[in-house]
Amino acid sequence: MTASGTFGYGLEFDDFLDISLLGGIVVKATTSKHREGNRYPRMAETNMGMLNAVGLQNKGVDYFVRETYPKLLKYDTNVIVNVSDSTIDGYVEVAEKINSLEKIPGIELNISCPNVKEGGMAFGTSCTMAASVVEAVRKVYKKTLIVKLSPNVTNISEIAKAVEGAGADSVSLINTLLGMAIDAEKRRPVLSTVTGGLSGPAIKPIALRMVYQVSKAVKIPVIGLGGISTAADAIEFILAGATAIQVGTANFIDPAVTIKIKDGIADYMQRHQIQNINDLIGALEV
Amino acid sequence: MNIYDWICLLCNKLTKVKKVIHDLVVIENKPAGGNNFVLVLKPNEKLPLMSPGQFCEVKVSKVPEVYLRRPFSIHNVDYEANTLSLLIKAVGKGTTVLSGLSEGEIVNLVYPLGNGFSLKKEANILLVGGGCGVAPLLFLAHTFKKMGINPVVLVGGKTAEDVPQLEAYEAVAETFVATEDGSLGEKGLVTQHTIFKTRLSEFKRIYTCGPEGMMKAVSKAAEALEIPCEVSLENTMACGIGACLCCVTETTEGHKCVCTDGPVFDSRDLNDWNIEKPSECSIPYLKSE
Repeated sequence: MTASGTFGYGLEFDDFLDISLLGGIVVKATTSKHREGNRYPRMAETNMGMLNAVGLQNKGVDYFVRETYPKLLKYDTNVIVNVSDSTIDGYVEVAEKINSLEKIPGIELNISCPNVKEGGMAFGTSCTMAASVVEAVRKVYKKTLIVKLSPNVTNISEIAKAVEGAGADSVSLINTLLGMAIDAEKRRPVLSTVTGGLSGPAIKPIALRMVYQVSKAVKIPVIGLGGISTAADAIEFILAGATAIQVGTANFIDPAVTIKIKDGIADYMQRHQIQNINDLIGALEV
Repeated sequence: MNIYDWICLLCNKLTKVKKVIHDLVVIENKPAGGNNFVLVLKPNEKLPLMSPGQFCEVKVSKVPEVYLRRPFSIHNVDYEANTLSLLIKAVGKGTTVLSGLSEGEIVNLVYPLGNGFSLKKEANILLVGGGCGVAPLLFLAHTFKKMGINPVVLVGGKTAEDVPQLEAYEAVAETFVATEDGSLGEKGLVTQHTIFKTRLSEFKRIYTCGPEGMMKAVSKAAEALEIPCEVSLENTMACGIGACLCCVTETTEGHKCVCTDGPVFDSRDLNDWNIEKPSECSIPYLKSE
């Protein structure tokens, strides 16, 4: 699958690959209202990665339903909508509207968003807040509910258990790690928001560790992401316990990387004589 | 103008050209004064049709600190030889690696990207370039020549070596120079050149590419005379194809991606040019105390 915010609505990648060959795409964050996002600069390159502070720019759920959704019907793959907002009511509004879209089999709830009612603390940083938003969305959303976890917490397994208890069908992790970049010559932060989210190969060891820990803590399937850019990376996440994986930032370096990873996984299975990918899930020998 | 060129021009405007990912061979890497250099590249496949103002995203290998691709305007295209050239200034990690490429080495490109300059058949066009920002204007000048239009080119820089490829521009158009230290052409900024002081009103459209301060000054002068001015922005990019939304600029219609809705914009559509000003953070918990 492709990670939210890294593959647009899939349409941007039409020239590079046949999207129907992928297991699914997670389209970028949809909020209840139109959002302009943060000011430029929104990006800072780091060693083997990048920081982003896009700020959930999107035209809002109503525009998505009316204008974008019809364009996605041509893809013969699972189109999952990433749902983000700053209030529980906002999440519920978006989830309800997406629920009525026949060809969307699931949503991915982005709980790394700041909760404006709690002074801007991200929903995903506390078990109570995370569970409450999942509970509220669960009431109105009847299809597959994936919850994307924030890694900027002390114990991600606890958050995972909390959202599992509140009704999540699956968890995806990790979202970006909070980081910062400074321009020493200008003596200023590079990002307009000062801090931003780190992604790319640099975060893989942390993502892998968290997938390993969470997959032991919950019974629901875990989707692993965080720095995957090769088939070997993908296999590592599966061995750690992921049932599926998402590729994000790597798409910026090679727009056709997802197909290479898919083919590479098939190659690995042939070399290791594995008939069923499910045999690899959590098959790490510790 | 031969029939092949006509077909290329028409195709540029009529069809949506597919973006591709190609490996290109370095045919030539020639110094162009100062830290500037020109890379002439050739793919195994046929070059896609490109429009002046479009750019490519180049993968920089061998250096782990360089993770993202680097965007460069298409400097020129030779469809018969199947080559394209890039004019680059070695200023950072990525560009320094590229400056050391030898003939025969391979570079991987995603291209052609972006919207390109408009190609209206108007007489009296002025192209204003600053430093290595002058890059896309050579392709533009050649394209106008093929359309039967003779553009005037004005290029500027701090000093003579900041005006790369001058001979290439002189070969295709009436070219004027301004350098801040007076080492070449008139002394001063491009907006202080005789062209701006005495001839600006003769132009129907102005195209400009270079440092933001220069483009702002050029467009201000153009707007004062109600001359449409197209600018080419250089925001830092990640994906280059309109998916990540990192390279946005503020326009009268909200944020637009420089890589897809640009890099060329009508100067009147740009809201706030000052990209140096840090924003009022809209994510409360990320705001620094």
